[in-house]
Amino acid sequence: MIQVVLPRNLQILAGTGRTVELNVDGPVTQRAILDVLEAEHPALVGTIRDRITKKRRPMIRFFACEEDHSDDPPDEAVPEQVASGKEPFLVLGAIAGG
Amino acid sequence: MSGVRVLVGTRKGAFILTSDASRKSWKVEGPHFAGWEIYHVKGSPADPDRLYASQSSGWFGQVLQRSDDGGKTWQAAGNDFQYSGPTSTHQWYDGSPHPWEFKRVWHIEPSLNDPDKIYAGVEDAALFESTDAGQTWAELPGLRTHESAQEWAPGAGGLCLHTIVLDPKNRDRMYIAISAAGVFRSDDAGKTWRPANKGLRSNTMPDEDKEVGHCVHRIAMHPSRPNTLFMQKHWDVMRSDDAGDSWREISGNLPTDFGFVVDVNSNDPETVYVVPITSDSHHFVMEGKLRVYRSKTGGDDWEALTKGLPQKDCYVNVLRDAMTVDELDPCGIYFGTSGGQVYASADDGDSWNAIVRDLPAVLSVEVQSLK
Repeated sequence: MIQVVLPRNLQILAGTGRTVELNVDGPVTQRAILDVLEAEHPALVGTIRDRITKKRRPMIRFFACEEDHSDDPPDEAVPEQVASGKEPFLVLGAIAGG
Repeated sequence: MSGVRVLVGTRKGAFILTSDASRKSWKVEGPHFAGWEIYHVKGSPADPDRLYASQSSGWFGQVLQRSDDGGKTWQAAGNDFQYSGPTSTHQWYDGSPHPWEFKRVWHIEPSLNDPDKIYAGVEDAALFESTDAGQTWAELPGLRTHESAQEWAPGAGGLCLHTIVLDPKNRDRMYIAISAAGVFRSDDAGKTWRPANKGLRSNTMPDEDKEVGHCVHRIAMHPSRPNTLFMQKHWDVMRSDDAGDSWREISGNLPTDFGFVVDVNSNDPETVYVVPITSDSHHFVMEGKLRVYRSKTGGDDWEALTKGLPQKDCYVNVLRDAMTVDELDPCGIYFGTSGGQVYASADDGDSWNAIVRDLPAVLSVEVQSLK
């Protein structure tokens, strides 16, 4: 199971806890994770990435395994620790506004 | 009437303020959607338990929320606002072409008759309609594709469609206002539009009385007299008695005629309220005094209403969607400030009390008169 950690605002919007567990079939990529996340929680469509282009929203970041993966190609495999469920895939709002 | 429910949108959440018809004692609930900018919350005239809220964030984008129980619980509605067909450009601040981009929903206007039908005014300026309680949205593209659209330019807040006024006596007639383009009227339920700005003058345009390009901040109508409209323009308070075909200035003795809000007493279509703001660069009230101005003559002759409002060291603003009136007698008037106060008058504006003083900056105030 993939572990996705959501920021507080999106937890409330989607009606989830801090961590969402997802079953992702096939190669585990950012796109695959977010496709499943949005399918299971439609209220999140458009809040993490653009609903049409699927591009990450400018003030959203993706962290995993103590690294910033925000600009990784969306079809690139995520770290093995994330794919195996040992480490979470963190979605968070960028630090902005003081 | 059994009471009123005041719906407040702020920079960091929504609040619901309720009182019985005396409007003396208030219950404050919230924040709903804490941390999100709530540009507007409005109830359906056809079903007071049906509320809609526009929730947005620079981080997470636009969300629409719907309540079917008067704000006790909320569900995310649809947030797919796609312009219909190709988009062109509007003017940017420096006059250069700028592509049309959806940013947020500024204003929600539920149908007067159908709780599932709702209009949304958005930035960059366009009008959307939902007929399934906000689950899906379709643009009414006749407005955005108007021949003048490439000349529209953003006001300080963006190129926003911020006002939607429905004619209660003619279901096909509606008005919208855009900063900075002006007022447009449709007589075919939003399919086609024509500018309705004759009589406006704005020195922010090279041709001061051009029919499109004015920064109209707000328009208001009394339901018993739908051909009469009142306008707070960037500068100037205006009036039309021919459904927007022509306008005349009614600023009269106001100390300044810059401002954002304008509204009409629910029991008297000739009693009008504005909150003068020092200027477009200051964006706070004059002389440290928060004063509502009332005209009982439909404009020109204005009196300051100050009882209960701070008259010293006050430097707040009142934004365009942040004043409203209830349907009780005497009329209740409500407004919210950039300082987080929500003021109420239960006597046509003669005296005021703060319902609440320390909310986040207030973006919008609406009221429902509950039976």
